[in-house]
Amino acid sequence: MNYNRRDFIKTGGMVMLGSLAAPALIGGCNSGDATAAAIGVAMAMNHFQVTDNDLKRVLATALEKGGDYAELFFEHSFYNSIGLQDGAVNSASSYIDFGMGVRVLSGDQTGYAYIENITLDEMLKAARTAARIADGASQKEPVNLTEKIPGSFYAVQTPWDTVSTKEKAPYLQALNDKIFALDKRVIKVNAGMNDTTSHIFFCNSEGVAYYDYRPMITFSASCIMQENDRIENSYAARAYRMGVEFLNDEIVDTIAGEVVEKTSILFKAVKPKGGEMPVVMGAGGSGILLHEAIGHTFEADFNRKNISIFSDKWNKKVCNENINVVDDGTIPFNRGSINIDDEGVEGQKTYIVREGVLTSYLHDRISARHYGIPSTGNGRRQSFRLMPIPRMRSTYMEAGNVSEADMISEVKKGIYAANFTNGQVQIGAGDFTFFVKNGYLIEDGKLTQPIKDINIIGNGPKALADIIMVGNNYEMDNGTWTCGKDGQSCPVTCGMPSALVSKLTVGGES
Amino acid sequence: MITQEQKKLAQWALDFAIKNGCQSARVVLASGTNSSFEIREMKVDRLTQASESSLRIQLFVDGRYGSFSTNRLDKKELERFIRNGIESTRFLAEDKARTLPASDRYYKGGQPDLQQRDPAFESLQPDDKVKLAMSVCEEMMNKDPRTISPNSSFSDELINRYLIASNGLEAETSRTSFSLVASVSIKGDGDARPESYWYDSSLFFDTLIKTDIGTKALERTIKKLGQKKAASGKYRMVVDNLNSTRLISPLIRAIYGSSIQQKDSFLLNKLDQKVLGDNITLIDNPHQLKTIGARYFDGEGVATRKMPVFENGVLKTYYIDTYYANKLDAAPTVESPSILQLQLGTKNTDELIASVDKGVFVSGFNGGNSNSSTGDFSYGIEGFLIEKGKLTQPVNEMNITGNMLSLWNNLAEAGNDPRESSSWKIPSLLFNDVDFSGL
Repeated sequence: MNYNRRDFIKTGGMVMLGSLAAPALIGGCNSGDATAAAIGVAMAMNHFQVTDNDLKRVLATALEKGGDYAELFFEHSFYNSIGLQDGAVNSASSYIDFGMGVRVLSGDQTGYAYIENITLDEMLKAARTAARIADGASQKEPVNLTEKIPGSFYAVQTPWDTVSTKEKAPYLQALNDKIFALDKRVIKVNAGMNDTTSHIFFCNSEGVAYYDYRPMITFSASCIMQENDRIENSYAARAYRMGVEFLNDEIVDTIAGEVVEKTSILFKAVKPKGGEMPVVMGAGGSGILLHEAIGHTFEADFNRKNISIFSDKWNKKVCNENINVVDDGTIPFNRGSINIDDEGVEGQKTYIVREGVLTSYLHDRISARHYGIPSTGNGRRQSFRLMPIPRMRSTYMEAGNVSEADMISEVKKGIYAANFTNGQVQIGAGDFTFFVKNGYLIEDGKLTQPIKDINIIGNGPKALADIIMVGNNYEMDNGTWTCGKDGQSCPVTCGMPSALVSKLTVGGES
Repeated sequence: MITQEQKKLAQWALDFAIKNGCQSARVVLASGTNSSFEIREMKVDRLTQASESSLRIQLFVDGRYGSFSTNRLDKKELERFIRNGIESTRFLAEDKARTLPASDRYYKGGQPDLQQRDPAFESLQPDDKVKLAMSVCEEMMNKDPRTISPNSSFSDELINRYLIASNGLEAETSRTSFSLVASVSIKGDGDARPESYWYDSSLFFDTLIKTDIGTKALERTIKKLGQKKAASGKYRMVVDNLNSTRLISPLIRAIYGSSIQQKDSFLLNKLDQKVLGDNITLIDNPHQLKTIGARYFDGEGVATRKMPVFENGVLKTYYIDTYYANKLDAAPTVESPSILQLQLGTKNTDELIASVDKGVFVSGFNGGNSNSSTGDFSYGIEGFLIEKGKLTQPVNEMNITGNMLSLWNNLAEAGNDPRESSSWKIPSLLFNDVDFSGL
């Protein structure tokens, strides 16, 4: 490969390959137009300096020990970040990641190798390493490659490589200034803007080839406020698969208003008395309950291994028949959306609970084969360095028909959970937790004292069965949700209408 | 080790940055190889092998700062990459606090090798690694009919780093690590399938514990059967040595220069004040041979030294790097801890448990968080009730809630059993009066 001959263009302080950076073409690649997409694949092959013959040879080598499936995943990603601290946009960082991974499957066994220097020799070496997962003679020949056209859930108008720090910095500055203007107690603001552009080229031994252009932007602020001797902090952010068109004055105002509101409420808040009690989950970020309580435990790798608490629950009733839960990769510009997954399966919307019945696990290729059904397109990976595994996309509960006020009025003594920072689950035991940054006590059907900094713990199947009311106020939370599993980070989102869970264990003083 | 060719490339990148407008710069070149062999039910489930390298260049341009990384190490590409980085940095606001450390603070070399690299790394064969992981899995096979999906893995890694700066720093490290992990689930009555694990890791293959990893994971899993919630209340709490570092992390985060300068710390303005119990002395002791976490210099190349962090409950230092020292107008220390050693007591975990009449033994945390400004925390836990010095009912689905300063003022006793596989040598711990939420 003679990568050096490629023509780089410099756009606003970041490097980007000219052949993939033209905005019109990128739009075209994701417009669903077959011709444009085919050009995208041809250019991707040109970009990674691989030929059809190279790919066939590497795939054949990957299968030479008897593996039954092989795939090649090429990635060129550009990460840019600028940060504001102490009133000035005063730090910048960028990271370029380039390489390819070879995966070979032999039944449900996986061989994996990756390289950063894409030459035919290096690819063949990686293919031989991955091939060792099998131990026999070649049984399959790779099929000729055919273009697969990805969906178009995040076509960009203006790519991030067309703007520089100079154009982005004023938005951070405006965010800082707005936050300080909103409340005199603000003593520190940290704000950050991270944009990512990934070029993905994929092909496999079944003849599927695709190119996908994946943008991402996160815009965030944390705020420290002081009132007398007391200091509190909170955080607000928005994240989307969008281009520069994401930036506007409205998003600045939204994040500023939210972070000030979330921080200032903490000065009035106390730790509640702990124990079992009803919990009203507020709309939006409460989707963390779905992510932790059922999302992970529905990931089919855990279920095919029989180690999830839901392993025996496929097609069984798991909760109230008014409940529908979806894992969706098709929401336009959503952080969790994927045009096509990292195994060549199209992005799609999957009902995991329909009318109270567990209708689907979240499948990758291995688990789909195990269950003898099509993959749900949840095979995702952090980068070319890691193999794909079942991951969530955007996980949410559909709206019900109860007003939040009616729900709160049902609770004699309990908690209203408003904002969250993090959660966790034990797949087999089913115990899940989420940390409530702030919320309220509910006393005699009314929101009363603000509360903060408490962990809530429950058990997945029990909590799901204990959801007794679902609100009519569905909201998607478009924050910077990042899911960790097996050492891999993955962008996701979650959403929910308000919901009443009849019993969870709330942390607090005894 | 870093090759001469790689060193030349790093020096070339540094020189190129200076020639093209940087007043100063720092380059970190890293390279490494890794492999992992995962066994499930005595069958190879996943194997991974790879090598990688990257270059990070930190640019100080006209009083401005930017940091840029890439794994594309071709000189032509690096030229464009560095030029663009310089241009990008120039768009930032001036920040006079961004400087390299004073050169007299750098590690100057000449000390004995800290022995962080196993020369046997390259000679280990894939088949031997698989055999070892198989032997760990074998320990969990056919021991209990209720077990599900015994899983084990062997992984190893070699990481080389070369660090140079334009004001006279040149330093390098080479570190190996080897680890064996076992995990297994079990299904008793009901739908729950509790899982547990055990592991060992070591800088050297010879000293890696290779037996009883699977056996311990299985024992820990079986003990979880029958977990249930206990009553809410104040209990004495024993935290095992696998999880005790979790409780020291918020204290360490609170003494970083960034936390102090940003006023996001519950230990703000507490230097030389007594903030924890008399019985707490924590030392950063970085120069220990053949020990995980040992180092002569930090990420900026600044020489590390042995220093107290807390002494009889008194806060003795912040971790302040060059940037935040400049911002705070304070003396810099080092940017982060190396090997933390909590002053040990005399009892192991079992003896601490035996000393408790009524309490909870925490053998795992489940989520939760700590407020960095106030120290208020709330964590999910699992473990066992302690009754009259003995573990009785396995418990789960409970929270502990409190404040970090109150908690550490209630440390009754530290154990004597920190794990060698962690750079933070924190033994099992016994606390008084911890709020548990359950039934």
